[in-house]
Amino acid sequence: MSDTTLSGSKIETETVVPAASGKKAPKGYSVSTLPGFSIIAIFTFFALYAPIMILVLYSFNAGTSLAIWEGFSLRWYAQAAGNERVIDAAIRSLILAGSAATIASISATMAALATTRTRRFKGRTMIYALINQPLMVPEIVTAVALLIVFAWIKVMTGYTSLLYLVAAHTAFCIPFAYLPIRARLETMDDTLEVAARDLYASPMQVFRRVTLPLMWPGIIAGFMLAFVISLDDVVITEFVKSAGQETIPTYMLGQLRRVVTPEVNAISTIILVAGAVLVSLFFWVSRERR
Amino acid sequence: MPETALKTRPATTESETAVDVIGISKLFGSNQEIRALDDVSVAIRKNEFFTLLGPSGCGKTTLLRVIAGFEPPTRGSLHLGGRDISRLAPNQRPINTVFQNYALFPHMSVANNIAFGLEMLGKPKNDIRDKVTEMLQLVRMEELRSRRTSEISGGQQQRVALARALAPQPEVLLLDEPLSALDLKLRKEMQIELKRLQSETGLTFIFVTHDQEEALTMSDRIAVMNAGKILQVGSPREIYAHPSERFVANFIGESNFLNAHLSGNRVTLEAGGGTYEAVAPEGVADGKVSVLVRPEHASARPGEAAGEELAATVETVVYSGDATSLHLRLKTGETLKTKMPNGPEQSTAFGEGDAAAVTIAPGAVTILKD
Ligand SMILES: Nc1ncnc2c1ncn2[C@@H]1O[C@H](COP(=O)(O)OP(=O)(O)OP(=O)(O)O)[C@@H](O)[C@H]1O
Ligand SMILES: [Mg+2]
Repeated sequence: MSDTTLSGSKIETETVVPAASGKKAPKGYSVSTLPGFSIIAIFTFFALYAPIMILVLYSFNAGTSLAIWEGFSLRWYAQAAGNERVIDAAIRSLILAGSAATIASISATMAALATTRTRRFKGRTMIYALINQPLMVPEIVTAVALLIVFAWIKVMTGYTSLLYLVAAHTAFCIPFAYLPIRARLETMDDTLEVAARDLYASPMQVFRRVTLPLMWPGIIAGFMLAFVISLDDVVITEFVKSAGQETIPTYMLGQLRRVVTPEVNAISTIILVAGAVLVSLFFWVSRERR
Repeated sequence: MPETALKTRPATTESETAVDVIGISKLFGSNQEIRALDDVSVAIRKNEFFTLLGPSGCGKTTLLRVIAGFEPPTRGSLHLGGRDISRLAPNQRPINTVFQNYALFPHMSVANNIAFGLEMLGKPKNDIRDKVTEMLQLVRMEELRSRRTSEISGGQQQRVALARALAPQPEVLLLDEPLSALDLKLRKEMQIELKRLQSETGLTFIFVTHDQEEALTMSDRIAVMNAGKILQVGSPREIYAHPSERFVANFIGESNFLNAHLSGNRVTLEAGGGTYEAVAPEGVADGKVSVLVRPEHASARPGEAAGEELAATVETVVYSGDATSLHLRLKTGETLKTKMPNGPEQSTAFGEGDAAAVTIAPGAVTILKD
């Protein structure tokens, strides 16, 4: 369920960067004049948002059913908030997403600089493909591969901690952080950096005073995308986590196998709202900056 | 003309070279097949308004980028005030640039843009504040100091870019077509403004343009470039009146090219007329030569040629308000354009097909290298 909500916000954040320089459709032609356009549009919106509406609605159900409405109540929110395991999973999810997104954004920033701010070098396209590889490889394959490698390391070192999950999440978050950062860098006028050099800035000062502030909206977009992707992940987490290392999605998945109560809806709604707030915050921040 | 030869190199300023470009070549492309600069040498004097003029793609920007240090030269060296600066990074050269698209920092205010260079030089805060205020006054932008650079007009951005480049008090200011983005009126204003700034600051300006009129009106000296080479360096008057070769003559102003015969310092046109005195440029031997006559240096009267006049037939008469141009055909088949100022009286006595007698002003014949 959370999958729908989160991939919804994925699409939104991804369009942020290109939209800034997006070309307008030629005048005098509008797709909206095509027959059936509005009907399809309405249906699509309905298909996208109706299930979410129902999910949100039933999180306020007074009864234990996901199908029968028994009146308004906040009991499931209270129960989720009082549930040790939910809180534990939520904290773990946030730490995991926070660390993975941070490391991924830093690596992605460096990768984006290396692929846009250097002279063309041999194999640049190859590197570009390699960075985006996690988008192409089926997640389940990565999951199994990581399971095997990490099991091997665990046996050799006897070391278990959240670090395995952080490493795994960082790996698949990098391309998501990389894309908006690179897009930002590519639309950025590099004569600004030349101008800074001309005005006596050392290469380090150019980066700190000009490049970084200008690419900041891209980095924030990349970070948020990575954060949301990490928060949302089930498959790789399920394979890599040690016993007891539940995140919110794996906890919810576990719950579904037992009794399903609107508590799951309540948690999903909270994630949904948090995601929406994050995205709005980003739009607000990037508007302020431009 | 011995007189012009004297004017070309006044002995007093000879030693005061600001930028010395020595045999610089710049090759681009994976196989170094693009020759953007081809063995360019030029000495730019202190406090002069020096202009690089040439058609698109001739290497003007590349030469500026080499001087600024953004582009390492393939060959050659660069001296500033007698010091070799070829190996210094751009931030180590006391040279600033005004970029064609201004390149103002969008995340900083007008004042912070101007302060940037001073901050990077590690100047004390108070000095920076004073200097920024002084610069804002210099370019008449005091009221807009805290504006964002995206919230000011093109002409104002131009001024900020100038102030930003001038603030660190460089020895040389490079300007790459700084006026090309402005409309005509603003452009004229900024031309005057630039000249004022240059004389007030006493800096060496190296200015790039492909507008010949701009070059003629603003410069102390002009270097005409083509295909990566400097063809001629001289004052606007020298460049216009005595271009060294056909390309320069063609690029600046209107030209007549005529076949002639040179013997010593006397030129006889194939089309007839008298002989003219002219100094042959280096490497031009006696015999057949090509000469230049500017249209406004030739005048015509109706009637048959007599004495030293050239005989011609009128082909077209073009009235352009202040002047009348005639397209004439000489007896050799060559064409000659003349341009004569219009008086207050009723229009020209010429009709198409009429006979005309042409007089070329003394000193108007310039021998070309090719
Ligand atoms: N980075 C580069 N890589 C390859 N070729 C280049 C590069 N920079 C310039 N050139 C080539 O060098 C030549 C000179 O370019 P340059 O930009 O100096 O011309 P310009 O005189 O400034 O022209 P314009 O008036 O159009 O600005 C051109 O043929 C150009 O294509
Ligand atoms: Mg140029």
